[in-house]
Amino acid sequence: MFLQGENILKQYPHNGGFINALDKVSFNVDQGDFVTVTGPSGSGKSTLLLSLFGLIRLSSGTIIFNGKRIDNISDRHLTDIRKKSVGYILQSFALIPYLTTIQNVMIPLALERIPQKEQVKRATEILDYVGLSDRIEHLPRELSAGQQQRVAIARSIVHRPQIIMADEPTGNLDPTLSLEILEFLKKINRENKITIMMVTHSPVAADYGTMKLHLNEGKIVN
Amino acid sequence: MTILKLVFIELWKRKSQLITGLLAITLGIAVIVGIQSVSVVSEQNVARNLDNLGANILVLPQGASIDNYYTSDIDAPTLPMDYVERILTSTIAGVDNMSPKLTRRVKVGGQSVVLTGILPKSEIASKPLWQSSGLLGSELKTACAPSQSTTKSHGLEDEKLKRKAIDTLNTTDCIAGSQVAKLLKLQAGGSINILGKDFKVVKILPETGTIDDDRIFANLKDVQTLLGIENQVSAIEIMGCCNAISEGLLGKLRNILPDTRVTSINQIVSTQIETNQLMKKVTLVMLIIIFFVGGISIGNYIWANVNERKREIGILRMMGAGRSTIYRMFLLKALILGIAGGILGYILGTLAGVILGPYFAGILVKPVYMYLVWSIILSVAISLAGSLFPTYLAAKFDPHSNLQED
Repeated sequence: MFLQGENILKQYPHNGGFINALDKVSFNVDQGDFVTVTGPSGSGKSTLLLSLFGLIRLSSGTIIFNGKRIDNISDRHLTDIRKKSVGYILQSFALIPYLTTIQNVMIPLALERIPQKEQVKRATEILDYVGLSDRIEHLPRELSAGQQQRVAIARSIVHRPQIIMADEPTGNLDPTLSLEILEFLKKINRENKITIMMVTHSPVAADYGTMKLHLNEGKIVN
Repeated sequence: MTILKLVFIELWKRKSQLITGLLAITLGIAVIVGIQSVSVVSEQNVARNLDNLGANILVLPQGASIDNYYTSDIDAPTLPMDYVERILTSTIAGVDNMSPKLTRRVKVGGQSVVLTGILPKSEIASKPLWQSSGLLGSELKTACAPSQSTTKSHGLEDEKLKRKAIDTLNTTDCIAGSQVAKLLKLQAGGSINILGKDFKVVKILPETGTIDDDRIFANLKDVQTLLGIENQVSAIEIMGCCNAISEGLLGKLRNILPDTRVTSINQIVSTQIETNQLMKKVTLVMLIIIFFVGGISIGNYIWANVNERKREIGILRMMGAGRSTIYRMFLLKALILGIAGGILGYILGTLAGVILGPYFAGILVKPVYMYLVWSIILSVAISLAGSLFPTYLAAKFDPHSNLQED
């Protein structure tokens, strides 16, 4: 199994007690799946997405990635897994405002200490792939929302991850741009065999999933 | 892209914050460099003045009177000549030159005059005032400069290094002071009989206004033989480094020379010591203030920067930047700020010293290049110390909660 969650529990303290953001969630994801996670606001979608690779620490439960348990490993090892195997796309694009398009895309490569020449080559290729080869020296504020999200997508795949975690990637985009981004993610999933796990509110976006998880009050309901 | 490049880009994009962050540490370093530059030149000036007075330490037998510094060797009890060797072979630093002498009142031509035996090559005698007499030969080799910081690297010539000693003084030669020459009607090239031995007067010294005007100088060995006091001297004059005196040279000499009185030109030396100590205290106080103010200022700047970049830290952590990367990012920034603050502070402080020195202290200040290194070291240390805590907090930030920041 590529990615497996078993009885994932995430509790937050609340009024002297606890509330369950994730309540014994279990799932199995195969390599190359396009997983969509849907559910109402506060159902625990983003918490699930961010907790799988340590951005949120679980209260209990087991996560297995590539056959290895990762819920109980150190922060340093989780960081290493995120650096090498995971790409993130967020609703707010999460670009660094003072870096140009190409510099933003090169960050994951810099963190892996890939030589400068190789960084430039790979970032240029990826930006060409997402159709932004004419915007490489632009700052994020000089790009449209759709372009910014494409930069974020380029950044999420430049280091050739095994899985992309997308948290409402079309949440800030109009329907046309949303479709463009969704098509793009589908293309990445098919062409590069990169597993995608996408949280979304949108039923249209949810339809892109080859596997669908619906959360309600922290529990998977189908 | 590297973390260092990321730091430089971020610094460049937030120039106004950079300038604010640098201001306190730059000004602090500038103040220290300015004070130090002025005080070093000031020390050199005092040391040079002291040097021009000649010997500043006198070693006398225990029983000698020191009511008058300049005449205390006359008819004083004696001390062994070996003491000169003892000083020479000791590890005591700060003894520039020594002049052992034996002085006695003698009758010459019915007149009472002071006869002083001196060692050629080491006689300091009336020092700079003798320089114009034309009898002095090669340059004196000194053990150290009057101030430890007085070196040519500062661009200043040390007067003492140019001082010339008496190369030779034959056993039949003597030098006469101006007053005694008048009294005994002596002329250069003439002769004089002292205690039954004829001497050639090789030079009449110019009037110095000191006790030397009333003395006749002859070779120490000769005088010892004439007076029947072999291997004894009545005093050893020492030209000591000013800083060495302030650091306890007199005490060190007393330790190796038992039964002697080691004294200095107290007033002058203590003035110098007080000045030096005052400047050191001022610098120390400034250093403490700068350390706290500069450290707090840089720490505050880094903390503000950390808060402003919480989301960026979250993004980097999300992408796989470890805590060590966050540490590196902010400490590199602090290092760059420290280096820049050190360089700018040095330039500003040196300029202030060079421009304001002549107006406020009446001295010509020249750049001390070594201070550049110290400025950078100090500034970097302050900057890193001030940044450690905010950086620690930045590395501890929860990546998820910071991703929500907008």
